[in-house]
Amino acid sequence: MILTRRTLLLVATATLAGCDRLGRNESVREALFSAENFHRWAQRSLMARDALAQEFRPDQISPIFRANGTANPNTPAYKALWRGGFADWRLPVTGLVTRPLSLSLAQLQAMPHRTQITRHDCVEGWSAIGKWRGVPLKAILEAAGLRDSARYLVFRCADDMGGGRPYYESIDRFDAFHPQTILAYALNDRPLTVANGAPLRLRVERQLGYKQAKYLMGIEAVASLDGIGKGKGGYWEDYAGYDWYAGI
Amino acid sequence: MDSQTPKATGTVRRHRLSTRLWHWLNAALLYVLFTSGLGIFNAHPRLYWGHYGANLDAAWLELDRFPGWLTLPALYSLAMSRHWHLAAAPIFAFALLFYMLWSLANRHIVRDLAFRRDDLAPRHIWQDIKDHARLRFPTGDAALRYNVLQKFSYIGVIFILLPLIILTGLTMAPGMNAAWPWLVDLFGGRQSARSLHFIAAFALVAFFLVHILMVLLAGPVNEVRSMITGRYRVPEERP
Repeated sequence: MILTRRTLLLVATATLAGCDRLGRNESVREALFSAENFHRWAQRSLMARDALAQEFRPDQISPIFRANGTANPNTPAYKALWRGGFADWRLPVTGLVTRPLSLSLAQLQAMPHRTQITRHDCVEGWSAIGKWRGVPLKAILEAAGLRDSARYLVFRCADDMGGGRPYYESIDRFDAFHPQTILAYALNDRPLTVANGAPLRLRVERQLGYKQAKYLMGIEAVASLDGIGKGKGGYWEDYAGYDWYAGI
Repeated sequence: MDSQTPKATGTVRRHRLSTRLWHWLNAALLYVLFTSGLGIFNAHPRLYWGHYGANLDAAWLELDRFPGWLTLPALYSLAMSRHWHLAAAPIFAFALLFYMLWSLANRHIVRDLAFRRDDLAPRHIWQDIKDHARLRFPTGDAALRYNVLQKFSYIGVIFILLPLIILTGLTMAPGMNAAWPWLVDLFGGRQSARSLHFIAAFALVAFFLVHILMVLLAGPVNEVRSMITGRYRVPEERP
């Protein structure tokens, strides 16, 4: 048996190419993608509904909170809002609610808030710790009278990801009513910068960074994610094949 | 190892079905996990200690991206690498758990893996190191027992490296941080867990390389057959 480096390399490449081809097979893809359901089920079976993400001390905050994704939506509409100090910005809360809302930044800032120092975990692997202040989503949903038929909350964003596809994300009731799920308007005691999602971004602390939608322009309560974007529940879910459940 | 006769000769049943199944399942899963893991690592090829770490923080290791012939998929896709990795990982973790319980029940751990009193005598260990260095492989009855260096490496892999790589993997999951907060305390932060996960992966690669080398040197056909069918031809005693 002659095992040279070259044959080993060839075997490795051939096996990987085989896996690659398997990864393009529709039923294999379905099986691989279904692992998400297992992880969601397993994690939620292991955690209490209100189990908190770890919170940190002020001295554990990252010196610089890395901004990722869109750094500035740069659309004419967004620029106009930014120039006006977001005084004309409104957050509509619509869909399956009994009392649709349209909230200004001042109204949000006047509501009871929660402050939390949490770790932001990017799907790429890095982490940054920051101090967030914002309104618990639960309070807004209660004010709007969320209907029982609403299963998901869809977050519409100001950033266009190209080709008229705006960023969006969605979460279900399990995370929507969690005490740490807030609509944040401040990071490290300062109003959100444009890079970090001004004027308002979502924090869902038990999931990865791409769920933390920035530049919020509206919240819609829906019964199903079908018909929104390509139906997978988020921009990266639709166009890059990311898992909707990002707890791992 | 079911050696019925005191003097082992000819062909014997060497590895149990549970060990053989687990071995080959692991071979396939670790291959997928390692190559997809490198694909995930390529999304941010920097490692840190502690709770946080991003581009502007000090990294203890910064690498170039691993080449496509080592990653699954070959063309960079964080989403697909994650799908492979997160689909294979639970199977791998539960297989280890079942194998541990099964091996406890069928006394594989106690009978074959646990150190015996004379195993750990310094002279015995030194003798074993010299035998390995001279490539003098055991024959007869001795070939049916694990030698002390084998025990060290198998115990180290089954009870330290594999649990470590599973637990550090879970520690990186924000959902698991909420479910099992002790995990992140155990490893001193998510970024520490990510670093340990990476180190454990390469420790397993080192084990794999030595393992393959030993199989090749000890007689690949006989060794591989014993791991497929369970039948093992006992090397004859040296005159």
